[in-house]
Amino acid sequence: MSLLESTFHIFEHVGISNYLFLSVLLFSIGLVGVLYRRNAIVLLMCIELMLNAVNLMFVSFSSYMGDSNGQLFVFFIMVVAAAEAAVGLAILVSIYRNTRSTDVSFLDNLKG
Amino acid sequence: MLAWIVLLPLLGFAFSILLGKRLPKQLLGFIASAVVLGSFILSINVFNSVGANPTGITEKLFTFLSIDKFDVSFTLFADRITAVMLLVITGVGFLIHLYSISYMSSDEGFYKFFAYMNLFVFNMLILVLGSNLLVLFFGWEGVGLCSYLLIGFWYQNASFGKAARKAFIMNRIGDLGLLLAIFLCAIHVGSFEFTEIAEAAQSGLLPEHMITTICFLLFVGAMGKSAQIPLYTWLPDAMAGPTPVSALIHAATMVTAGVYLIVRNQAMFMLSSGVNDFILIIGLVTSLVAAVIALKQNDIKKVLAYSTVSQLGFMFIALGVGAYSAAMFHLVTHAFFKALLFLGAGSIIHAMGDEQDMRKMGGLRKVMPITFITFLIGTLAITGFPFLSGFFSKDEILFSAFLNNKLIWGMAVISAALTGFYMFRLLFVVFFGEFRGTKEQESHLHESPLLMTLPLMILAVLSVFGGLLNLPEYLGSAAGKLHHWIAPNLPISKNPVHVSHSTEFMLLGVAIAIFIIAFVFQYRKYVSKAVIPESDEDMGKPATILANKLYVDEAYDKLFVEPTESLGDASSWFDRNVIGLIPKSIKGWNSALARLMARIQNGNIEYYLVYMTIAVFLILFLSALTIKLWN
Repeated sequence: MSLLESTFHIFEHVGISNYLFLSVLLFSIGLVGVLYRRNAIVLLMCIELMLNAVNLMFVSFSSYMGDSNGQLFVFFIMVVAAAEAAVGLAILVSIYRNTRSTDVSFLDNLKG
Repeated sequence: MLAWIVLLPLLGFAFSILLGKRLPKQLLGFIASAVVLGSFILSINVFNSVGANPTGITEKLFTFLSIDKFDVSFTLFADRITAVMLLVITGVGFLIHLYSISYMSSDEGFYKFFAYMNLFVFNMLILVLGSNLLVLFFGWEGVGLCSYLLIGFWYQNASFGKAARKAFIMNRIGDLGLLLAIFLCAIHVGSFEFTEIAEAAQSGLLPEHMITTICFLLFVGAMGKSAQIPLYTWLPDAMAGPTPVSALIHAATMVTAGVYLIVRNQAMFMLSSGVNDFILIIGLVTSLVAAVIALKQNDIKKVLAYSTVSQLGFMFIALGVGAYSAAMFHLVTHAFFKALLFLGAGSIIHAMGDEQDMRKMGGLRKVMPITFITFLIGTLAITGFPFLSGFFSKDEILFSAFLNNKLIWGMAVISAALTGFYMFRLLFVVFFGEFRGTKEQESHLHESPLLMTLPLMILAVLSVFGGLLNLPEYLGSAAGKLHHWIAPNLPISKNPVHVSHSTEFMLLGVAIAIFIIAFVFQYRKYVSKAVIPESDEDMGKPATILANKLYVDEAYDKLFVEPTESLGDASSWFDRNVIGLIPKSIKGWNSALARLMARIQNGNIEYYLVYMTIAVFLILFLSALTIKLWN
């Protein structure tokens, strides 16, 4: 048994519930960050965190169920997340150029 | 062939309305007249072929609708009655078109005028060529529309626009009667075809009370279109239109549509009970009342308008006593001399610079010799100068009335005498004596150009010799030509009544006597004594009442128009304040709700994120709850 194989072996011994706890924890951190922080960059990072929490849940279930569909989804999410980050950051740059700030609480022009 | 008669004026209309604005006026006018001339030539052709074959020509163009056994087709049909109408419409119509080229030459709406005139001729031809009630109704409404458009031709003048609306609405009242008659035919006969309706009436398929109802409703339609009491008040107001329109639509053709409608449905009217007497009374009263009003009118066109109403009353007297060919004969001769009189009046108005008040004219015979002579001929024809067209046609109606009832005859004679009184008053006041207008008008006076006088001369010739169409019996073998000619197309023939020649000559003597009395009386008053009709202030009480048309318009205003307007105001109030509350309150709730919801959208991203989170949790919670409840 090589080192690599034995390393994977360790993962198998960690129970599914641990993965889920981690995932929920990461998601909650992301959510709370989104709700409490005002800096747009931090917001984006928190969104990424939430996405990755979901990704973690996908792969852990995928491994647990022996179904590769979950891993397939993760790839899609990663692609979308990358695109989203690119677009989001581009918008952020242009917001910064206009307002000299990345604080989202000042962006309230679109009132009803 | 029939289709082309109808299509030519329609093409003329399309041409005028689409391209007319860019063409030179004269050219456009001649093209518009040429299409009517084309129809006239084709009508002569039709006249010849129905002359050879009295059963008539039928041309089916297409099917309107077909439901089970109920078929309505757009079919054109011409028999001898139609042929007479066709010749009058296209013949007189052509002359009036020709006249209009000159009369309307300085008008901005020249192309529009000719477009409407062509459209009118089209609709009038559809009306007389329709083989069933629905096609007739199409034309019937079409002429009503054209009449409206042409009365209101100078729509910038608000009162002209009102006159147009009045004519349209008055006609609608009559049209309702016609429409109901059509519905009854659909229900009880199952067909709109004139021939089938006549057959159903004759075979007893149609019960008598139903025939009577349908006839009455048809006559209500005729009352509206042919300006009979109580629906006559629109016709004098219709004089707001250009004078050629009055000549064509409101004297020669459209207003005779009611007469045509009744002649066309002769079989039903002969079998109905009571309706004929009703027609007789209405015709008699109309002819008397209109003639009396005409006595004191000072607007040259108004006199002619009331004269038209009166003459139409004469035609209905003839229809009421069952003298259908006499009505048709008077229709034709009336078209000739009344068109002539109107065009003559137009020529005078043209020379006077749009002045229509007779009191400001006078002595025009010296400056306008052709207009004077033709107008004189028209006047002599309508008043029954011996051996002119009106003499024969009116005499025939009086003769038929005499056979029916002596009292009716007596009243008709009075009406005929009144014709002489108001027409000679018009003639003498306008053409004799001294000129009473302004200096400016006097310097402007001139005889009308040839394009206007030529139709006058042709119509004058027709007015003189129109009587040859239907000579009375005492003049020998050519007698009653029109009468015998259209007889095969009247489903029910009446036995001719023979009276002794002495009676006939007595009647003739009366007719000539009333003519002479009217002439001499008016000549002494207006030429020898040179009386000028008094101004509005100087009139006595009876004259004022007559000059104000017996206050019928005012009575109608009080009786119908004002209550309707108050009802309209009340409905409008109800609509705004009661029914309007519903949408208003719905709108109020919605905007209140919207204002509340708008607060949520405050533009701050942080709030949105919170809403989103709450919403997601809510959705998850609810779906979890549902799943739990379902299982």
